[in-house]
Amino acid sequence: MLNYYLIIVLAPLAAAIVAGLFGKQIGRAGSHWITILAVGLSCALSMLVLRNMLWGGAPSENISLYTWAVTDGLRMEVGFLVDRLTALMMAVVTFVSFMVHIYTVGYMRDDPGYERFFSFISLFTFSMLMLVMSNNFLQLFFGWEAVGLVSYLLIGFWFKRESAIFANFKAFLVNRVGDFGFILGISGVVMFAGSLDYAEVFASADQIAGQNIELFPGSPWNAMTVVCILLFIGAMGKSAQAPLHVWLPDSMEGPTPISALIHAATMVTAGIFMVARMSPLFELSETALAVVIIIGAITAFFMGLLGIVQNDIKRVVAYSTLSQLGYMTVALGASAYSAAIFHLMTHAFFKALLFLAAGSVIIAMHHEQDIRKMGGLKKYMPITYWTALIGSLALIGFPGSGGFFSKDLLIEAVHESHWEGQGAIYWIAYLSVLLGVFVTALYTFRMFFLVFHGEERMDAETKSHLHETPWVVTVPLILLAIPSAVIGWYAVEAVLFGGYFGDAIEVTQRHDVLGRMAADWHGSKGLVTHAIQTPIFWLAAAGVFTAWLLYLKRPDIPATIQSKVTGLYNLLDRKYYMDDLYIKGFAAWGRSIGNLLWKKGDELIIDGVIVNGTANSIGKLAGVMRQIQTGYLYTYAFAMIIGLTMLLSWLIWFR
Amino acid sequence: MDFSHSLLSILIWLPIIGGIGLLAIGDDEDTTSSRSSTMRIVALGMSLLTLVLSIGLYKWFDNDTGAMQFVERFSWIPALDVWYYLGVDGISAPLILLTTFITPLVVIAGWDSIKTRPAQYFAAFLILEGLMIGVFSALDGLLFYVFWEAMLIPMFLIIGVWGGQRRIYATLKFFLYTFLGSVLMLVAFIYLYGQAGSFDLFEFMNVPLSMTAQKLIFIAFLLAFAVKVPMWPVHTWLPDAHVEAPTGGSVILAAIMLKMGGYGFLRLSLPIVPDGSAYFSGLVIALSLIAIVYIGFVALMQKDMKKLIAYSSIAHMGFVTLGFFLMWSIAASSGAGLGMTGGMIQMVSHGLISGAMFLCVGVLYDRMHSRQIADYGGVANTMPKFTAFMVLFSMANAGLPGTSGFVGEFMVIIASFKANFWYAFLAASTLVLGAAYTLWMVKRVLYGEVANNKVAELQDLNQREFIVLGVLAIAVLLLGLWPAPLVDMMNVTIEQLLQQAGHSKL
Repeated sequence: MLNYYLIIVLAPLAAAIVAGLFGKQIGRAGSHWITILAVGLSCALSMLVLRNMLWGGAPSENISLYTWAVTDGLRMEVGFLVDRLTALMMAVVTFVSFMVHIYTVGYMRDDPGYERFFSFISLFTFSMLMLVMSNNFLQLFFGWEAVGLVSYLLIGFWFKRESAIFANFKAFLVNRVGDFGFILGISGVVMFAGSLDYAEVFASADQIAGQNIELFPGSPWNAMTVVCILLFIGAMGKSAQAPLHVWLPDSMEGPTPISALIHAATMVTAGIFMVARMSPLFELSETALAVVIIIGAITAFFMGLLGIVQNDIKRVVAYSTLSQLGYMTVALGASAYSAAIFHLMTHAFFKALLFLAAGSVIIAMHHEQDIRKMGGLKKYMPITYWTALIGSLALIGFPGSGGFFSKDLLIEAVHESHWEGQGAIYWIAYLSVLLGVFVTALYTFRMFFLVFHGEERMDAETKSHLHETPWVVTVPLILLAIPSAVIGWYAVEAVLFGGYFGDAIEVTQRHDVLGRMAADWHGSKGLVTHAIQTPIFWLAAAGVFTAWLLYLKRPDIPATIQSKVTGLYNLLDRKYYMDDLYIKGFAAWGRSIGNLLWKKGDELIIDGVIVNGTANSIGKLAGVMRQIQTGYLYTYAFAMIIGLTMLLSWLIWFR
Repeated sequence: MDFSHSLLSILIWLPIIGGIGLLAIGDDEDTTSSRSSTMRIVALGMSLLTLVLSIGLYKWFDNDTGAMQFVERFSWIPALDVWYYLGVDGISAPLILLTTFITPLVVIAGWDSIKTRPAQYFAAFLILEGLMIGVFSALDGLLFYVFWEAMLIPMFLIIGVWGGQRRIYATLKFFLYTFLGSVLMLVAFIYLYGQAGSFDLFEFMNVPLSMTAQKLIFIAFLLAFAVKVPMWPVHTWLPDAHVEAPTGGSVILAAIMLKMGGYGFLRLSLPIVPDGSAYFSGLVIALSLIAIVYIGFVALMQKDMKKLIAYSSIAHMGFVTLGFFLMWSIAASSGAGLGMTGGMIQMVSHGLISGAMFLCVGVLYDRMHSRQIADYGGVANTMPKFTAFMVLFSMANAGLPGTSGFVGEFMVIIASFKANFWYAFLAASTLVLGAAYTLWMVKRVLYGEVANNKVAELQDLNQREFIVLGVLAIAVLLLGLWPAPLVDMMNVTIEQLLQQAGHSKL
């Protein structure tokens, strides 16, 4: 299988290099064909790998590719671990990437940076595959940073726009704050387990958990807790968990295809994947799991609220992504890793679909993104309408859709996970994800109604050009709508209750909520038929109804509410003032420190007092030196020879 | 042909003779004349020949021994028992290779951008190359000292003659700083000579020394090397020197001359005064961490691109000294070697990256005659190829995995975690700070709308510039993706050094 893995990984890389370096020579068509074919090949082989795992009974493989370096007893290698978790991620990543590649042909048709764009998204696919297929922490970090790099390049793709280059700089820095924790976490792993290899580290998990580290004198911390929290800080950066979420909404400055691919379906889920991959470690620290679940709950609920007040179509979807990532994180914290990965998968399909549908709307609207200027698009864009409806229903968890199975069971798992001594934390988490259902339905259908139904609010010029987008755009929408609609029904039993992940995910007996839920499992049909009895269904229905009431039936109400509770509205509109805190607070503060150290430390004290003080006192010497400096080399050479002769004679004769 | 027994001498003297030859050819007013082009071809040929010959150093290098290799030993001044004694091991060989690799690039980079006295310019670089290789291979204290001081002269000239507006201030500062340190080193050598009866470095290593003597010698060495590295707070000469130096001078200064300090710690301080090193290791670690954090903040606020890169060099060199002096803080059986290897790799990598960054600034300076960030903006619109390179090197400067900038930092951070969580915490802050100052510059210089007419008229890289940056880009990526060959070269030597430094002389 190694050859397959190599092709899966290297085909997109090779295509990226060719399109990147020789884009002008092979032209626009050449660039898109080579990258699409490479990613298509990668996707087909990934599906084959997944198929072999599912039905062919293929075993997990752990292959070392080459030795990066060995020093001081630490082996640093590059290699692949392909188990069922990896195979699933590979399939999702390559499939969504493949769809986005095709879609890009339509979306970026008139862009002068066409070849560069294809090169970047192929490079992204390579990086993401390196991340998910890694068998060690070093390569994980490589993939982790490489996807961050491509994300940086793509958010700033339109580098003339001030907002875009601000957003990509911000995204990179906020991610680096997460990586700061992540690299410390990896260092901790090396310190306590003495290895970077997953298998070896997991094998010594108990040994890590048995050690302490004194962060402050006299207060020992459990090593596993420290390591897991540090690793999770990395996940918070990449998966945009509060308070490191601020970069994701701004990342919408990038072209829409990459919002779908990178900032919804794949890269931002890397943190979720990483924690699931590290389940043998996280399982041994309930403190770390409690941190995970609280951060996830805060993100899930509060970021969802922000989606309600956004008017930019992409930003609504972006806040929705934040909220859904919060859901996945909550599942991780409840030890329902499989549920998190399952939601990751369904979310990848329906969120990529929603983004691409939003992109389709944006094309039709001639790059207008304000939903207040849309409306009634249903009749102009039937394919986009129906696919967006499927995506929206999946997002709110309409019974039977992909999102229904993943979200319903995720919430159920949180509900089940009342461990001793953690009651309060799990109530907070449960309420957050439950109320989040209402919020999700509200912002989703607010957007849906404002865009596709109601009054046509665009100007006449735009209106006259409205039509459905070309097939390269709509075909990916349809191809993504299919799994969004049906994947849950078919996959749920195997993934959550059928032991699909095998030993890729480890859960201790005490935390095994999904195991306990399996007893009550009566098949997909059973879950759908019972949906109507759950509070989840009614909360979602209430959300849709509220959206209908406020934005179609009585559009005057939102304005009234807005004027009545300005304080709350401003709080949401200003995104809880987090950006202000970071930009006017931390960033400004950092610049002041820099200035202080430079002007006062370097220039005033070190240079002014110490160096130049000394120099001034020998200033006359400097005057003399200036005389000597004639600028002619023979003078210097002459001086050198004289000096050397004097030195040598002194050494030999006058010692 | 096997010339391995005199390879080091060839590598030292070939460029020096070449440099003298260039002076003989001399300058021509007319830069297109045949004499002028002969001169350039000789300069390039000599540096390339040195590079080709230095491949032998890699090819014949034995990774499995910690002993000196390619040894040459002849009596030089018998009355003083001074020897012309050369040899390399796993810590000096990579630095020599770095030197021979960078010098031809500097020659190509200065090809036709140097208008005044080009023959002397190229001669200075060739002579400097030979002297630097001399420092890295000298095993006799006096020989080491002669090379060490002689090296200052061509650099002094390069900045003083081909430098910018305030070059006199810069050269003087550079000279006084380094000279002060070096003089103390000479005093230490003379004391050691008195104890050991020879200038042989191995005699220095074997001679027993009292704790007081060790402390004093360590301080003398520390001053000499800390200025070169440069470590906080004796770093302020570097930004000035870089700003005033011509591009080639900056490249050599950052890529190789700063490494002399790090090399000195490994070759002299640790093995000669192990107890002194242990005693002061906490101080060095503290200074290194200050360099990483303090200088990171200072770099953030720089308005001049060269100053920014100069400050970033100081911060990156902080990892080198941090890695070297962690061994006494690590209780575990492994980890010290990781720090030291990381520090060494950081030296090589920093040589490539800072060299490349200064070349990038040089490319812009040649066209716009400004180093001020504020004078630029939107360069990506007119120079796409250049932008690709500069973004790559900036990412390497920010320590992105897959580039050489990551390798050393990663190893040092892991090792410092083993020593103390807070060391690692402060060191890892470079992930944020390094990215902040580097990418902020990238944002202001490369991205955005075309800032002014001068930017609008910029020409993209010419073939010569493309080759130089391309070669460096390949090296940065290769070392980042597969550092094993370099690490393997150093492993045995570093193990041996750890034992030597861990073994008390009292």
